[in-house]
Amino acid sequence: MNAQTMSERDPMSIIHAQPLLSIRDLSIALPAGGDRPHAVRNISYDLHAGEILCIVGESGSGKSMSANAIMGLLPSYLKPERGQILFRGQDLLALDEATLLGMRGKDIAMVFQEPLSALNPVMTIGDQIGEVMRVHREYPGEARARRVLELLEFVGLPDPATIVHSYPFRLSGGQRQRVVIAMALALEPALLIADEPTTALDVTTQAQILALIRRIQAEKGMGVMFVTHDFGVVAEIADRVAVMEKGVLVELGDAEQVLNDPRHPYTRRLIGAVPHGRAREGGRADDRTVLEVRNLRKTYASGGGLFAKKRVTHAVDDVSFRVRRGETLGIVGESGSGKSTIGKCLLKLTNVDGGEILFDGHDLARLSERQFRPMRRAVQMIFQDPFASLNPRHTVGRIISDGPVASGVPRETADVRTRELLELVGLEASAFDRYPNQFSGGQRQRIGIARALALEPRVLVADESVSALDVSVQAQVLALLADLQQRLDIALIFITHDLRVAAQICHEVIVMHRGRVVEAGPPAQIFDAPRHDYTRRLIDAIPGKAWDPTRVPAAA
Amino acid sequence: MNFLSFFVSRLGKALVVVLGVVIINFFLIRLAPGDPATVMAGEAGAGDAAYVAQLREEFGLDKPVVTQLGIYLKGVAHLDLGYSYRNHLPVLDLILDRLPATFLLMSGAFVFSIVLGVLLGVIAARTRYENRRRWIDSAVMSGALLLYATPLFWLSLMAIILFSVVLGWLPAFGMESVGAGYTGLARAQDIALHMVLPTVSLGCFFMAVYVRLTRASMLEVMGMDFVKTARAKGVPARRVIRVHVLRNALLPVITFAGIQLGQMAGGAVLTETVFSWPGIGRLMFDALLQRDYQLLLGIFFVTSALVVVFNLATDILYRFIDPRIAVGGREAAA
Amino acid sequence: MTSFLRRYCRNAGAVAGLVVLLAVVAVSFLAPLLYEESPWMMVADPLIHPFADTAYPFGTDMLGRDITAGLLYGARVSLLVGVVSTAVALVFGILIGAVAGYCGGRIDDALMRFTEFFQTIPQLAMAVVIVAIFNPSIYSIVGAISVVSWPPVARLVRGEFLTLKQREFVQAAVVIGQRPLRIILTQILPNAMSPIIVSASFMIATAILTESALSFLGLGDRNMMSWGFMIGAARTMIREAWWMSVWPGVAILLTVLAINLIGEGLNDAMNPQLRRRGE
Repeated sequence: MNAQTMSERDPMSIIHAQPLLSIRDLSIALPAGGDRPHAVRNISYDLHAGEILCIVGESGSGKSMSANAIMGLLPSYLKPERGQILFRGQDLLALDEATLLGMRGKDIAMVFQEPLSALNPVMTIGDQIGEVMRVHREYPGEARARRVLELLEFVGLPDPATIVHSYPFRLSGGQRQRVVIAMALALEPALLIADEPTTALDVTTQAQILALIRRIQAEKGMGVMFVTHDFGVVAEIADRVAVMEKGVLVELGDAEQVLNDPRHPYTRRLIGAVPHGRAREGGRADDRTVLEVRNLRKTYASGGGLFAKKRVTHAVDDVSFRVRRGETLGIVGESGSGKSTIGKCLLKLTNVDGGEILFDGHDLARLSERQFRPMRRAVQMIFQDPFASLNPRHTVGRIISDGPVASGVPRETADVRTRELLELVGLEASAFDRYPNQFSGGQRQRIGIARALALEPRVLVADESVSALDVSVQAQVLALLADLQQRLDIALIFITHDLRVAAQICHEVIVMHRGRVVEAGPPAQIFDAPRHDYTRRLIDAIPGKAWDPTRVPAAA
Repeated sequence: MNFLSFFVSRLGKALVVVLGVVIINFFLIRLAPGDPATVMAGEAGAGDAAYVAQLREEFGLDKPVVTQLGIYLKGVAHLDLGYSYRNHLPVLDLILDRLPATFLLMSGAFVFSIVLGVLLGVIAARTRYENRRRWIDSAVMSGALLLYATPLFWLSLMAIILFSVVLGWLPAFGMESVGAGYTGLARAQDIALHMVLPTVSLGCFFMAVYVRLTRASMLEVMGMDFVKTARAKGVPARRVIRVHVLRNALLPVITFAGIQLGQMAGGAVLTETVFSWPGIGRLMFDALLQRDYQLLLGIFFVTSALVVVFNLATDILYRFIDPRIAVGGREAAA
Repeated sequence: MTSFLRRYCRNAGAVAGLVVLLAVVAVSFLAPLLYEESPWMMVADPLIHPFADTAYPFGTDMLGRDITAGLLYGARVSLLVGVVSTAVALVFGILIGAVAGYCGGRIDDALMRFTEFFQTIPQLAMAVVIVAIFNPSIYSIVGAISVVSWPPVARLVRGEFLTLKQREFVQAAVVIGQRPLRIILTQILPNAMSPIIVSASFMIATAILTESALSFLGLGDRNMMSWGFMIGAARTMIREAWWMSVWPGVAILLTVLAINLIGEGLNDAMNPQLRRRGE
């Protein structure tokens, strides 16, 4: 658990005897009124040059705290109370701001989570990368422009000469993250801190960025600290792993050991919750089709005016599939694939531009809102954002009862049913009179599920319903959904970007790319024998494929 | 949307607004209590029966409303804004004569309010963000709050009392010293001296508005991710403020400036009245006293048209400054 | 509700503002009780200095009218005009904004053109013109102020409705089968109320300033003594009796400041909710 064990085993440490970075007993206090007194308490770990250390934890674990403390970027109300941050032997917490300023960007660099907001929107890319060199007075004159082009090429951006003069809004999320990485590398820092840099990116883009970071680290010999919540990413790139729970470091060791033979029960529980992509056992007995979609089409037109042409996007382009009673169909795709749009079309939250949605003998696409409303009970939705999907001013009981009341059930009857539902989804009866902001993300999703079930639907659409949840909570909600589906014999359409999750709970999966269905079939077939090129790319991009989390004995 | 298309559509909107004002003027006269011809003749002209009859014929008041509107619109298109009986001059001439003085006053007040407002807003935001000497932030904001609550005309009066009556430092009324016959540089100095009190009192209220807006905008931008990126690069605080924060924070201030000008035009009426400044605001006050409705509506029309033109200019300026719009781009999804 | 009051009271300025406003309201109710005669009555020698005579604490004007009475009665006019014109503007603005925001599309375009038009026109100039043409009276003043102050409300409400319409809990309401009117009234509007309430308080302050400006220009109701009128009347005496213009201005300043402080207090107290995450 500490540096001594490390030096016994690692031959490299003979050359780099002193760790590049050494955190010793760091504690950062939270202001009064928080859910615990310390953001992080007594954490200690080392990072050596040439290795990648992954700090992994759920939300609220404090995993980003030490990273921000190293850079001196903690908000003013969070001050390190105790401990040392030794970088090349110097305690960063004891240095003055001027010295630290000289080190930031030059000796230690950082990459953040949100690429879309990480760049100044009114400065060109070239100027922003050049700024690092400018403030540290490196690469004067023409050398600077050359260095900028060199960096852009190194991070794999196409056409660097044009990008240098572009503004950030022209680049995609993945491209912007590459720019941020280029900025971080400009002065060849010894330590690179990456705080969830791929969390906001698509899985294929994430794979490319992870490969880039690995390449950089191998070529430049930097020490990399990588904060993440995703064990797959850890399996993909980590040399060593530190696991954090509620501000405390619970496990620290080599990646091999932590991933395959974790010692702390929390680590074991986390790994147990990781979706393993192992296909679901057993099929379903029923063969009756509940919902069938044929040649669905939805286009968006944007821009245009007196002198410009309109731009047309085919969000959903000739999509067909069917769902059977008691079956879970997964719709998998990256952002822009059209998967969420399909969900909105099925619920008639948006107009359909072509095709048919056949349900119960009606074509839902043809119906007007007024005609459809009485049928709405049968098709319900569970939304993505647990914090925005519940009206903050209504009590939980009212939120759930509103559905039946809207279709004519008297409030008292609906309330009785609501209490039953609360029990069904695993919430206490007292939740009835409380407000959403008193519940956690996972609990709010359960409320959302109860709301959907209150109408006794036959089809349930879950639009990225677990994407915003921590992995352990996610596992619980998925288990709940599977259980409910079996008991109530509902058809479930599960929309997600995570192929592993889909593989775990779906009977059938369709893969979407740019509005079209590129592949369909049971998860085992898609994983073992993908037919389409894009599906192959998608599967290859899954981080940590080589690692099998199910080999770890689950926590008691 | 490319620039030509943008410009044409904005221009179209501007013209529609101007047209709307004209139509409002038209209907106001007709909705007013009393005979439209008498209303248009004004208090002074109403006594002159021949004049009233002449007006009745000129504006076709016995014809159907639609024809009347047509006649009126044609008149405005020819820049004929009517005739002021009391002053024995066409309305347009009266307005054009007084316009330069108002321009002078409003440009002065505008520059004063924006420059000082942005400066103080930036200072206040910086001290609050850096958490040092926060009393500066509190002081500036309290001052802004106070000014924001002060009636403009009253502030002008208090300024006159203090600086003119009690201290005698600055002149109280008019644009120039009457009968002194200054020319050239001496004249410019004289006008400048007379300009101080009116400009500052008109500008103070709007300065408070800009202080609050700038400070709020700066604080919002300071919390954004790209500022954190800049700090992580080792960019010193002063450069972060100047290059990263300010350029983004000022964008909404520019948009706002266009809207504020409409309010300032109204404020000019009050200021010019108190200081007897010979501009169209004062002219409007006189028109009120004299019940000269044609003059009143003419001034209203000109003021509105000027505000619309200025808004158009700000819109175009904004387009050039914000690269997200200037280069005619939208988010590229590669 | 109690947590809201607690948050509000943490702001010293907001509490002070509330106290001052309550004092002004009390004064406006007490005015006819303390001074039965109209403030327009000439009751004493002209130009008595303030604090010179205990019967006339703030002195008298050049026609011998009691300034103190004028101040007290002026409170009634300011508050009356402020509240009523804001209420009218709110009703109209909320209606237009809600319809534009919820319906979207061409209805939204048309309504927003209409709103933009009224917003572009210089406000005080328009108010002056309306009151002048329709002859100054309490009705024309309230009407004029309402006409120029509804556009910002409409824009605000439209903006709120547009954002809220996209929020998942509103989409959920559609999905469970609630009807549009019910969605607007029970889901969207209650969540849009906080910025509307804050906006309303600032609108009352602005309305009071506008009313005083109109009265100052001589466009006030002849039967109602207004603070703005008092300042306008004092203008001619600025060298002989400069103190006459001070008191009504201070009264306006204090009232408007109090209302602004309340508005800011409401804003701070209403906002910390919605964004509480379980972290």
